[in-house]
Amino acid sequence: MARIVGVEIPSNKKVHIALRYIYGIGPTRAIEICKNTGVDPEKRVKDLTEDEISKISSFIQQNYKVEGELRTEIMRNIKRLIDIGCYRGLRHKLGLPVRGQRTRSNARTRKGPRPSRIKKKK
Amino acid sequence: MSRSSKKGPYVDPKLLKKIRMLNETGEKKIIKTWSRASTIVPEMVGHTIAVYNGMKHIPVYITENMVGHKLGEFSFTRRFGGHTNKSAKKGEVKK
Repeated sequence: MARIVGVEIPSNKKVHIALRYIYGIGPTRAIEICKNTGVDPEKRVKDLTEDEISKISSFIQQNYKVEGELRTEIMRNIKRLIDIGCYRGLRHKLGLPVRGQRTRSNARTRKGPRPSRIKKKK
Repeated sequence: MSRSSKKGPYVDPKLLKKIRMLNETGEKKIIKTWSRASTIVPEMVGHTIAVYNGMKHIPVYITENMVGHKLGEFSFTRRFGGHTNKSAKKGEVKK
């Protein structure tokens, strides 16, 4: 158990996998972090020394926007679109695809689960 | 692919001329335009532009946040009034 950037507690996975549990860090950034802090990405998180953990967390804090900060930024951007009343804001408000995808079928990610249909009798 | 930054943002020259005229005289007037593809530039802030949506001109008041968007994004071309209510539909059939 190691705490990196607030509440993130990656398990006994390899470092470059465990770092991806942080919101805002994907494969590319995970490798980047390992490279820049000189930590072996293949090492398990439980084998990390205190020094390495603090190095990783300070590197993340200095270079990337992660977790809550990133989430608020995204929410702010969406709110801006809604506030100025443009087409994209409308789509966000309605919960429909924003980038011109079809909605006659599919689009389930945005629309959510299908409404349950009432079964016909007989 | 996005537009080459060398060219600068696309704004209908006629529209830009009208905006500049208004800025010079300090007048506020609604400008009708069909140019939905024009980018909103800082000069337009504070003006009201009526953007054609295929049927009529929708007045759009330009604020600072809108800079960089296209005029057409604020003048919707489709109207969706929601789906018909199921119970209401049934009533119609009975008549």
